[in-house]
Amino acid sequence: MNPNFLEFEQPIAELEAKIEELRYVGDDSEINIGDEISRLQEKCKSLTESIFSKLSAWQTSQLARHPQRPYTLDYIDRIFSDFQELHGDRAFGDDKAIVGGMARLNGRPVMVIGHQKGRDTKEKIHRNFGMPRPEGYRKALRLMKLAERFKMPVFTFIDTPGAYPGIGAEERGQSEAIARNLFEMAALKTPIICTVIGEGGSGGALAVGVGDRVMMLKYSTYSVISPEGCASILWKSAEKAQDAAEALGITSRRLKELGLIDEIIEEPLGSAYRDIDATARNIRQALIEGLENLDKMGLDKLLDARYQRLMGYGQFSEA
Amino acid sequence: MNWFEKLMPSRIRTEGSDKGSVPEGLWTKCDSCNAVLYRAELERNHEVCPKCSHHMRMGARKRLEGFLDETPREEIAANLQPVDMLKFKDSKKYKDRITQAQKATDENDVLIAIKGQVKSVPLVAAAFEFKFMGGSMGSVVGEKFVRAANVALEHNIPLVCFSASGGARMQEALFSLMQMAKTSAVLQKMSKRGIPFISVMTDPTMGGVSASLAMLGDINIGEPNALIGFAGPRVIEQTVRETLPEGFQRSEFLVEHGAIDMIVDRRDMRDRLASLLTMMQNKPAA
Repeated sequence: MNPNFLEFEQPIAELEAKIEELRYVGDDSEINIGDEISRLQEKCKSLTESIFSKLSAWQTSQLARHPQRPYTLDYIDRIFSDFQELHGDRAFGDDKAIVGGMARLNGRPVMVIGHQKGRDTKEKIHRNFGMPRPEGYRKALRLMKLAERFKMPVFTFIDTPGAYPGIGAEERGQSEAIARNLFEMAALKTPIICTVIGEGGSGGALAVGVGDRVMMLKYSTYSVISPEGCASILWKSAEKAQDAAEALGITSRRLKELGLIDEIIEEPLGSAYRDIDATARNIRQALIEGLENLDKMGLDKLLDARYQRLMGYGQFSEA
Repeated sequence: MNWFEKLMPSRIRTEGSDKGSVPEGLWTKCDSCNAVLYRAELERNHEVCPKCSHHMRMGARKRLEGFLDETPREEIAANLQPVDMLKFKDSKKYKDRITQAQKATDENDVLIAIKGQVKSVPLVAAAFEFKFMGGSMGSVVGEKFVRAANVALEHNIPLVCFSASGGARMQEALFSLMQMAKTSAVLQKMSKRGIPFISVMTDPTMGGVSASLAMLGDINIGEPNALIGFAGPRVIEQTVRETLPEGFQRSEFLVEHGAIDMIVDRRDMRDRLASLLTMMQNKPAA
């Protein structure tokens, strides 16, 4: 079993390994196996299509946390130019689980902020697994305020298991930091577009997720609690994570149906990591189009629409 | 009735089998010092132990009744009802959990909001009923909080909220998460209009409620020894794998770390809040 692939991806991984082997053979033999290779490639493609056409919510949540899934900086490199990272909350420290800075999109100055996870063990620890502490949220807020002052639109990228549950984080006011961001983002005088690129983990995600347009990559998830967490509380067993994932409706398709997000951004066959460039192009396109529409609204209308959108969240009856 | 009882004249017969036993709920024990307390006295004392001053958890309606002047009182959006839009089912159906909680508490959902007065200072007061699904915040809590705030905005009067909640209501999935954004947004509006919002955090105020409306008070107040925080102590313990410091996430800890302005004894709540609110509105003392 290849550890770089998920369980349901294994048949694809095996087929790909076989193709690689044949290629290797093909290089130094006189037999023409090109036909065989393209037949297998075709088979691999249709296998991937069939596996990905019927993913469960649980499988999607695994994809959202795939070890090879691209992270915020992978996209920033490909979508923006002149990215200049800005550090620190000016009060306590610089949280590596959130990155942010100024950059250009199509030449236009913008502010980019996102959760950042690490790839290998060392980097994972450096980034605290993408789980911000209060100083991370306060850095994000500082950058948003900068953007407001210098009239730059804000783009956020969401990819976190959640805000960090630690002693220091509580001591420094994790709750207040998240709440403050929600409070300020509701009325920030510049367009905000939020994109969930991987894991949208609860309050830790929402703290950079209030905006005029909320988009999700096709195989990302957004949830009030992780399937595992929900299962262990409501089912009293973490084994029931699959059921919890289903019940919570955490996939982009479900959330679009429920009207909680605006747009689903396509991912290439086999999900984002198979072709990071193509995924980045799709995000870039969606950001440009989204921003164009928000620009047309003018600031007053924009803020009013944002407020109305926030007030519209929720379903209840009035009997 | 057996033959012997039938022989007795009716005036010395007593109904029921529990004759002679102490009526249910006449006495109660303090959770903290174990002192045996007379229920009626405890109620007069706002559910604070007269022996050790331990603040017991208090129902939302009882709290507002004790906090507000007797008149005038006008309940806000009492008829809002939760709906199970996702057909959520864990070990139990959400629909059944709602019905059960409604029966147990005699409330439609967690939040109760009343327009009234405290020492003749007009205000809107809201309180979380922790016994209703752990005070969890779903769509109804968010909507009712917004309506309460809108009444405050409309009449230009302050808002006071007593929170007691485990956090977001999982059975409403992402809808409940969005209530954090919704409630914070209406507080932003109040703040811009210069209308005071005082948040009183009672035991416990955790998760999505603490990370939204509860921490956004112009003044943040904690009741003595209330558990207040984002992540639950058990989750933190499992994550960091060390024992938590003494008094971690209690009101006293939060004052020490600068997260709340003060701790107020429940018995002084009316006086202290009326005093704060009149000052914040530049009015003569109540």
